[in-house]
Amino acid sequence: MPKHILEMRKITKTFPGVKALSEVELSVIDGEIHGICGENGAGKSTLMKVLSGVYPYGTYEGDIVFDDEVQKFHSIPDSEHKGIVIIHQELALIPYLSVAENIFLGNERRGKNGMIDWNQTNHDAMRLLEQVGLDENPTTPVNQLGVGKQQLIEIAKALSKDVRLLILDEPTSALNDDDSEHLLGLLRTLKERGITSIMISHKLNEIQEVCDRTTIIRDGHTIETIDVVNEAGIQDRIIRGMVGRDLTNRYPKREHVVGDELFRVEDWTVYHPTQPGRVVVDNASFNVRKGEVVGIAGVMGAGRTELAMSLFGRSYGRDISGRMYMHGEEIHVRDVSEAIKNGLAYATEDRKRYGLNLIDDVRRNISSAALFKLAKRGWVDGNKEIKVAEEYRGSMNIKTPSVMQTVGNLSGGNQQKVVLSKWIYSDAEVMILDEPTRGIDVGAKYEIYTIVNRLVAAGKAVIIISSELPELLGTCDRIYTLAFGVVTGEVPVAEATQEGLMTLMTQEKATKDKEVRA
Amino acid sequence: MTGTANIRELLTRNIRTSGIYIAFVAIVALFFFLTGGTSLSPQNVTNLVLQYSYILILAIGMVMVIIAGHIDLSVGSVVAVTGAISAVLVIKHDVPWWGGVLAALGTGVLIGAWQGFWVAFVGIPAFITTLAGMLLFRGLTLLVLGNISLSPFPAQYQKIASGFQNGLLGGDGYDVFTLVVFGVAVAGYFFSAWRTRSQRIAYEQPVEAFPLFIVKLVVVAAVVMWFAWQLANARGLPNVLIILAILVIAYSLVTQRTVFGRHVYAVGGNLAAAMLSGVKVRWVNFGVMLNMGVLASVAGIVYSSRSNGAQPAAGNMFELDAIAACFIGGAAVTGGVGRVTGAIVGGLIMAVMSNGMQLMGVDQSVQSVVKGLVLLLAVAFDVYNKRRAGAR
Repeated sequence: MPKHILEMRKITKTFPGVKALSEVELSVIDGEIHGICGENGAGKSTLMKVLSGVYPYGTYEGDIVFDDEVQKFHSIPDSEHKGIVIIHQELALIPYLSVAENIFLGNERRGKNGMIDWNQTNHDAMRLLEQVGLDENPTTPVNQLGVGKQQLIEIAKALSKDVRLLILDEPTSALNDDDSEHLLGLLRTLKERGITSIMISHKLNEIQEVCDRTTIIRDGHTIETIDVVNEAGIQDRIIRGMVGRDLTNRYPKREHVVGDELFRVEDWTVYHPTQPGRVVVDNASFNVRKGEVVGIAGVMGAGRTELAMSLFGRSYGRDISGRMYMHGEEIHVRDVSEAIKNGLAYATEDRKRYGLNLIDDVRRNISSAALFKLAKRGWVDGNKEIKVAEEYRGSMNIKTPSVMQTVGNLSGGNQQKVVLSKWIYSDAEVMILDEPTRGIDVGAKYEIYTIVNRLVAAGKAVIIISSELPELLGTCDRIYTLAFGVVTGEVPVAEATQEGLMTLMTQEKATKDKEVRA
Repeated sequence: MTGTANIRELLTRNIRTSGIYIAFVAIVALFFFLTGGTSLSPQNVTNLVLQYSYILILAIGMVMVIIAGHIDLSVGSVVAVTGAISAVLVIKHDVPWWGGVLAALGTGVLIGAWQGFWVAFVGIPAFITTLAGMLLFRGLTLLVLGNISLSPFPAQYQKIASGFQNGLLGGDGYDVFTLVVFGVAVAGYFFSAWRTRSQRIAYEQPVEAFPLFIVKLVVVAAVVMWFAWQLANARGLPNVLIILAILVIAYSLVTQRTVFGRHVYAVGGNLAAAMLSGVKVRWVNFGVMLNMGVLASVAGIVYSSRSNGAQPAAGNMFELDAIAACFIGGAAVTGGVGRVTGAIVGGLIMAVMSNGMQLMGVDQSVQSVVKGLVLLLAVAFDVYNKRRAGAR
């Protein structure tokens, strides 16, 4: 009988009107890496907040048993004191402070008279950085480091607190493949040192790769805990548990009816907005036809988002040069409103920061890019606006009690549907979707793909930017690869393989300056 | 989703806005008792309107600035400088009264454009731009006035803020015209409330239960007509109230119903998302600052007319009263949230409190302490609500 480091027994957590968790059971064996899978809104994060003391003892029912003792955490410091450290999806580092200052924030290394001992701090930080395999100066401000490295600093911070149970919420969602690989490797190393981890993830191949066991949660209930073994059927079993139904095909079928060329970009070059002379997009050329889904594959930092945003009304970069053609005619787009008028749309990869007004309602977010369609001489027709919003709520299957609901209260998948509604309502002909399924669950992903299919069936063109190659292979007709700002290949989907694309995506590595990646 | 929302649901959903009305009623009632009924006498109600009108005018512009995510610290100085320019022209150079009004408005446009330029196109935070403006326009006031006060204005100019519409339709001891104007306003309100309700039903949106709807209308009508009765029994309909009513209605419509108004909310709610939705953020920012300049000049005209002259220290600290009115009225410090009506009620809360304490003979120092605490508590209430809403 293996020793359990943690047992959560019959955890029930209710919010006004909603039962978020209902008698959830979770047991974690000492020294294992334990996965937690579930759709967005299933209750994973709530469960972790109960465990780490964000929701204090007394606001939930059930017992948390850690080290064979029932724990009553009243705050995060309580749980950290026992060695339970949670690393949230949104990193909590302070951008202008140094690596060492961030690691010891709230836990400062003090000298004799209560002043901070900087030599000790930086020395200890160096040790911790070695442990997580990060070769950086502890005095570097963290905003000069990429997301992958920041994630490692979070782990170093956890190690500084003598962590015994490390909880990671979607640790690789913002990382590229190399960084993800490194992070997962680090989890294995920590496991050898006796540190237990809980990993929440949507990426099932990662779960399969590193986890010993995984618990599946759906609608606030524990479905099952399974031993993760390296066999083909395991991912399907997890998906079945998460969605409560079989998803025989993760990508909906589509009739490929590709027409004439709709949108073409030639020799597009973009410079970095603040670092003079640094080329971010280098002479990129590509096109997309009516009824076609084109993918742009590239690792993080390849210039995918920068390419898209610079096309969309010069929202990124400076000294932009190149030509754009719509229906074979050159168009000149100087700002976003001209881009919209020319039939372009760009759904951002970071919908919370760039895509939605989270404090406003569904209705007004849907109309926000095409308010001119609802307005006569500057006056908005509020009733028509409600009607439009209701139409999209129905056709896009946005799950919300009312179109007056604040968008910030919706789940990730439904927020993304609001973003798509907004751009469809703007009558865009060419839709650039940047990581359209990031952070949303399997069921909602399927719906998003269905919407994409509907769009191209209506004669629109869709460009999908993604770092998930199976997604591109499952949805696109053609895939361009982008590496360090250069288009390195164009592959029809029939000839594309993950390995082939990955080779093209990393092709320029040797010839380009390493600086470009950072 | 058809159906009716019950009172509790309505209250909780609109706690941010409804809380302020409840607080307003409570404060009015409190001072009614504390002053032994004097605070609601016809004479005092009239005074209240006259005395705080310029703060309310400033609050209208300020709430739009705050919704867009900015702040304007210069409005007190702008009130002073526009009043001073008008006074110099009308009093010293015998320009007709409307010449002074136009000059003040023109100055307001220029000042608004000046600050809008720095905020929107150069990208200087409004806090800094208007802090500079506060010093700049105060200095210009002193220069224009040559460091001395100017007075008095001719009678027509004084009437802008101190005049009344009375006796147009006669009446024995009370002004019929005032009552008619308010009666028409109440009828208009009934009509628009009814139309909104039936449209919402037509679009299958939730509305309040029918009895509640009627109760709401009757209560509003009773309060408004009582207010009209008080005015009609005093000196009639103040000109300033007409100006104020036009501004409140116009700006409520601008903020709620126009593309520009919606863009102001979008910019304050999420700047980056607004930009990527094709909102011309710079022009929106320029617009709110320009508008603030114009409204500050209107307040300048009203203030100079009421005080019957221009003083070097005019409008001192007005900006803080206007800002406080917005935040008490439910505007969010981070932008994106707020309403013109909320700011007006916020301003009235401040007005009723100051006026009530003056009637009671409370010391100036204590008044200041009380006002400070009310502002703090109002924003604390807002923060608490937000935290509760975001607790999930």
